Amino acid sequence: MLLLIQYMLIFASILILVALAGCFSEHSGVINLGLEGIMVIGSLGGALAMKYLPIGIPAFFYVLLVMLFAVIFGVAYSALLGVACINFKADQTIVGTALNMLGTAAATVIVKAINTAANPDDVSSIISYINPKKKFILNIGSFEFNWFMLVTVIGLIVAYVVLYKTKFGLRLMACGEHPQAADSVGINVYKMRWAGVLISGAYGGLGGICYILAGVSEWRFEYGAAGFGFLALAVMIFGQWKPTRIALTGLLFGFFRALSNVYFGFSFLVKLNIPGNIYNMMPYIISLIVLALTSKQSRAPKAEGIPYDKGQR
Amino acid sequence: MKKNIWRTNGMQSLIASMICIILGLLIGYIVLLFINPSGAFTAILTIVKNFMTYGRANIRLKYFGSTLVKTAPLLMCALSILFSYKVGLFNIGCSGQFTAGACAALYAALKWGWGWLPCLLLAIIAGSVAGAIVGVLKSYCNVNEVISGIMLNWIILYGTNTILTAVKETASPYTMQMNSYGKKALLPSLGLGKLFSNNQYVTIAIPLSIIIAVLVMIVLDKTRFGYELRATGLNKNAAKYCGMKEKRNMILSLVISGALAGMGAAFFYLTGYEQWECTKASVPAMGFNGIAATFLGGLNPIGTIFASFFIQHITLGGAYVDKTMYCSQISDLIAAIIIYLCGFVLFLKLTMNKLIDKAEEKKGGKN
Repeated sequence: MLLLIQYMLIFASILILVALAGCFSEHSGVINLGLEGIMVIGSLGGALAMKYLPIGIPAFFYVLLVMLFAVIFGVAYSALLGVACINFKADQTIVGTALNMLGTAAATVIVKAINTAANPDDVSSIISYINPKKKFILNIGSFEFNWFMLVTVIGLIVAYVVLYKTKFGLRLMACGEHPQAADSVGINVYKMRWAGVLISGAYGGLGGICYILAGVSEWRFEYGAAGFGFLALAVMIFGQWKPTRIALTGLLFGFFRALSNVYFGFSFLVKLNIPGNIYNMMPYIISLIVLALTSKQSRAPKAEGIPYDKGQR
Repeated sequence: MKKNIWRTNGMQSLIASMICIILGLLIGYIVLLFINPSGAFTAILTIVKNFMTYGRANIRLKYFGSTLVKTAPLLMCALSILFSYKVGLFNIGCSGQFTAGACAALYAALKWGWGWLPCLLLAIIAGSVAGAIVGVLKSYCNVNEVISGIMLNWIILYGTNTILTAVKETASPYTMQMNSYGKKALLPSLGLGKLFSNNQYVTIAIPLSIIIAVLVMIVLDKTRFGYELRATGLNKNAAKYCGMKEKRNMILSLVISGALAGMGAAFFYLTGYEQWECTKASVPAMGFNGIAATFLGGLNPIGTIFASFFIQHITLGGAYVDKTMYCSQISDLIAAIIIYLCGFVLFLKLTMNKLIDKAEEKKGGKN
């Protein structure tokens, strides 16, 4: 049971962080379908940091540095989305998809190049981090507290405050609802959208490093993010683009995702004798049903997905 | 006034695609330079040459055949994405529909011992059902087709892995060999294999896929149905106002889209070229590469034929690079960069038009 809660919280952390990433970019008016790519590149940044940072650094700074690298990589990568979608008015769906493919391909190429350079016989795309991983975990009894759970809570509070309590956040949301109106009162729509996309990159990068640290202690970069970025988008839609509801939805989805990892720990579930693949499908099926039920009265930002054109009225 | 040839849409699409390809290869080359400068040029040349790296002519021909074998399903996926894109829908669930088709075709062939035609039809049905789900969710529940498509991809992948476990080899995670267990379901070759140095995998799938590309073009450009689809894609509300059933059109286009993807899967797995791996951790890349082919082909069915071949060509070429220095994923990287650049096509066309305007103005001034 404790294990289930532990997994639920860690998966919920990933989903919430990435859903908030989507939330920021969509509130500014840019649909970010490239979240998976951003996650992969963010996790690459964090994994490389874990590979090269000396292990002797105190745990607190170590964790902070790894997260910082993930954020930097995520932000840098999201700039690709910004350039294409804000300045060049590209189709946001195509660019997002391209970023997903590019993220996995680039991470694989980079890691393989590093591995092969170190040892010509090693053609794998694996970075392992058995020891660094321990720094992220605090044992409370038999419960493994992961620092990312705390980071997620902080991230949530920050997102809530920024979006609803600051001038910046309200302006950002105005650009997603009615950019022309925002422009008419002197808000620079391009700048605001850039801010939204870059913040999205930061949250996405954090979610990415959290994702690869959640279960295993080594990561094969060919795997990408296994649809997590899109699950997070489902969380965001079900959460109606509001941080508080995103948090609750994240917990719900995290629960179903966790079930597929630990279902064999429950004797009554094992007795049902359902193939493991069904549990793997669960989060996706649930999210499809949830989306089907909730998308009708969607409160999506009105201008999302439409490139802003100054001349248009 | 005579129309300027540079102003035609086809010409501009061609130039834009060429720019995307050249830039994509250039960036790929730069990446290779970063990894290891000494072999970068050979490596990029190998990727571009693919089967031409072989010295002997008949071996070249054989591998040319293999490239075509894999081009046929890719072309079908690209057509699938193109078809729904004309209605303004981005069918990223193509991979899932492809997987559903593979599941149906392989199961019918290996478990029930069906012939190739019923297998093909079943694959088409499986693909179109998967497409229909996305279509219904989109038109009646307003679910973003990209997200529902991705969710379905994973659901179908796990489902397929479960179902095909029934027909897998006992010692490996792969499904049974088509050549020995599903002979009846192998697509007929009609002597096409002989043309490619007896490449047994070259079948009627290749000419069929090209015929279907032409059919797709005719349906989209010359029929009322195609006109309605394009009108819905350009402005959903206007189409509805004109009395077109926009919901029906959306669903129908995704059904056809899914059918094309499912057919593509049958075209591939019924040649026996590859077995399905029942522990696959991700959907086949075919559907995603199809996106590259669609946009590189300038959203034109005929252009898509060449674009599919090119994408498949460099993907297979990636397998020949020197593995002690580089990895084969470099061609995935190039394909992804090309898709990213395709996002700029609109901007490129605008720039081209501006340049032409300037040039014409100058000319006009002289007269």
